[in-house]
Amino acid sequence: MPMKIGNQPFFDRVDEGINNDFMQNAVSSAQDGLRGRKLNATIYDKSLVDWEIWRSAGEEIRRHTLENLDYYLKQLSDNWAAKGGHVYFAETVEDAQHYIQKVVKQKNAKKVVKAKSMVTEEISLNEALEDIGCTVLETDLAEYILQVDDHDSPSHIVVPSLHKNRGQMRDALRKVGYKNSDKPEEIAAFARETLRQEFLDAEVGITGCNFAIANSGSVSLVTNEGNANMVTSFPETQITVMGMERIVPSWEELDILVTLLCRSSVGQKLTTYVTGITPGENIEDIDSPKDFHLVIVDAGRSNALGTEFQSALHCIRCAACVNVCPVYRHIGGHAYGSIYPGPIGAVLSPILGGYEEYGKLPYASSLCAACTEACPVKIPLHELLIKHRQHIVNGEGHAPLGEKLAMKGFGIGASSPSLFKMATKLAPKAMKPLVKDGKISKGPGPMKPWTHGRDFPAPSSENFREWFKNHKKETKKGEE
Amino acid sequence: MIRLKVSLFITCLGELFYAKVGKDVTEILERLGCEVDFPKGQICCGQPAFNSGYLNDAKKAAKQMIHAFEDADYIVSPSGSCTTMFREYPKMFVDEPGWKLKAEAMADKTYEFTQFIVHVLGVEDLGAEYEAKATVHTSCHMSRLLGEKEAPFRLLKHVKGLEVIPLPNNYDCCGFGGTFSVKMSPISEEMVDEKVRHIEETEAELVIGSDCSCLMNIGGRINRKGKKIEVKHIAEILNHHVKGGSHHANENRESTLL
Repeated sequence: MPMKIGNQPFFDRVDEGINNDFMQNAVSSAQDGLRGRKLNATIYDKSLVDWEIWRSAGEEIRRHTLENLDYYLKQLSDNWAAKGGHVYFAETVEDAQHYIQKVVKQKNAKKVVKAKSMVTEEISLNEALEDIGCTVLETDLAEYILQVDDHDSPSHIVVPSLHKNRGQMRDALRKVGYKNSDKPEEIAAFARETLRQEFLDAEVGITGCNFAIANSGSVSLVTNEGNANMVTSFPETQITVMGMERIVPSWEELDILVTLLCRSSVGQKLTTYVTGITPGENIEDIDSPKDFHLVIVDAGRSNALGTEFQSALHCIRCAACVNVCPVYRHIGGHAYGSIYPGPIGAVLSPILGGYEEYGKLPYASSLCAACTEACPVKIPLHELLIKHRQHIVNGEGHAPLGEKLAMKGFGIGASSPSLFKMATKLAPKAMKPLVKDGKISKGPGPMKPWTHGRDFPAPSSENFREWFKNHKKETKKGEE
Repeated sequence: MIRLKVSLFITCLGELFYAKVGKDVTEILERLGCEVDFPKGQICCGQPAFNSGYLNDAKKAAKQMIHAFEDADYIVSPSGSCTTMFREYPKMFVDEPGWKLKAEAMADKTYEFTQFIVHVLGVEDLGAEYEAKATVHTSCHMSRLLGEKEAPFRLLKHVKGLEVIPLPNNYDCCGFGGTFSVKMSPISEEMVDEKVRHIEETEAELVIGSDCSCLMNIGGRINRKGKKIEVKHIAEILNHHVKGGSHHANENRESTLL
């Protein structure tokens, strides 16, 4: 199934994550490292004057674009086509797969090179192309390592191999003949050497798209390794796959969003390469593709249009939310079971893939709001998680019966102060049998999971309302 | 002297488990010249229902609270998280303009306890004394959603004998998260475990916080692991050894928050 990774139930994946010390160490040290870099490139960077103003600008650009998405998509597609490029709107994952398969078949192509792209992961493009007999090679270093490591899945949307440490990366590359150490420069040199010929041999190059520029009919790629530039210059045929929301009105807005993206995701002022590609522009050049295809993917995105979830489509895939998420920190990306992990994954995956498959994800958050605070385009991520929970409670997903009953009780208690007062008076008596040495170490019902690893306090022996009444009387007496 | 009229919102957790914190809060506010009252109609703020997606049940609680605190000049609560909930009530009533107006009026007069002392009363030195090496848990809702990152530190700075050591990764959630702690208990446990590890790194003998819920979580883990670290609400520290004030400060210095 597209987008999905792994077949185990959610809690099994969580267990696997929290018992994987290698992964936890890799993730927490990455988070801790990225945190300082991001702060230095955002809030602490005085050259930006005020990071909050940039965030607001980003939010405004994204909101405006999404509110006028039909207009900008038409503009983009008209401009792309006017320059000789092909445009295809894929309503479903299958539509996207079939179109790309068709293009590749028409070219009689067997060798495909790819740059890192989440949307192609989302539509399981590699598998679809392998099905028709192509070799598909990932050329982003991290994606390459995952691919040679028996097709391991990405666990992060910017740093796909975040769950692996250097030793594990070295070991993965051993499978394709790597003999050196776990030094990054040696690993990179190996990949560079191995991939060079593949770029030269490839007939089709496929990339994702950071942002398409509507009024120019162009796409842009924001990268560090330069592999995407190879993918987009050597092969004769160029296919760009983009989520339909990844669009800006003009280069001016791109400027702001790229600033937000680079600084938020990896704490860089700018990545090594920001590349703009326009069909037919340099068609006479020896290293320019001759045929350009733009595949614009919906695949569930329109479910969010015009709903309270529309702002989820504002996402620019910087992973700033993932990088500060304490839940992600402990369970890792694979536990989410979706190629979109972390807070944005917990919001987006149910929109694209439904509650049946991803209904647990909105609950995998303590609602600490670190994500909302980190988002460079101000998506209220933790609020969207609560909205998902509301939809699940209202019958679109499966809310546990026990919880429903408890909340019903809560609703009744909440509207009746006398009932509430009675409950607070009764609680100490009701809980008394459980209390030992002033605490509860083993509780029934909802207290059970709590007391698995934590003690629970005994109810206060003194009733506050009574204390307050007496206290007031005494103070009054004192004053008289 | 004008006496500010303060309505105490103790929170359901406070009322059920931490009456002592409520007493400290009352005494401190009175000592600072406030007239404290306790609206009897108060219940839970509705956050457990709201955060779990039960909007209608949460609204019932919110309406009851708006009703209970209608006459208040100031509402003060010893919880950053529950204060945030009051501040966010208006968002719940987008479809009910009448209630939205009331919710807005209520949000405007609601303050977290330390926030009220520092920003409304303009006081920072409460004359408290507490000999300990301590660290502070900055709770998520208070620091991020309420936006109050400083008030507790400004108050603690003046506590004689108290040494405050910065807590590594203080911005990471302790793993409480209301029903999250039960629903996703394996994850919650991992999170609180890391929090306790960082607390231990500081070698502090005391953890201070402004939310009983987080402290119940952190304390529950500390206690289970048999660590000798006290966990206290900031009001307990600020009401400790205050000269000339009537206080019931817990002299035996045992952890009051599991």
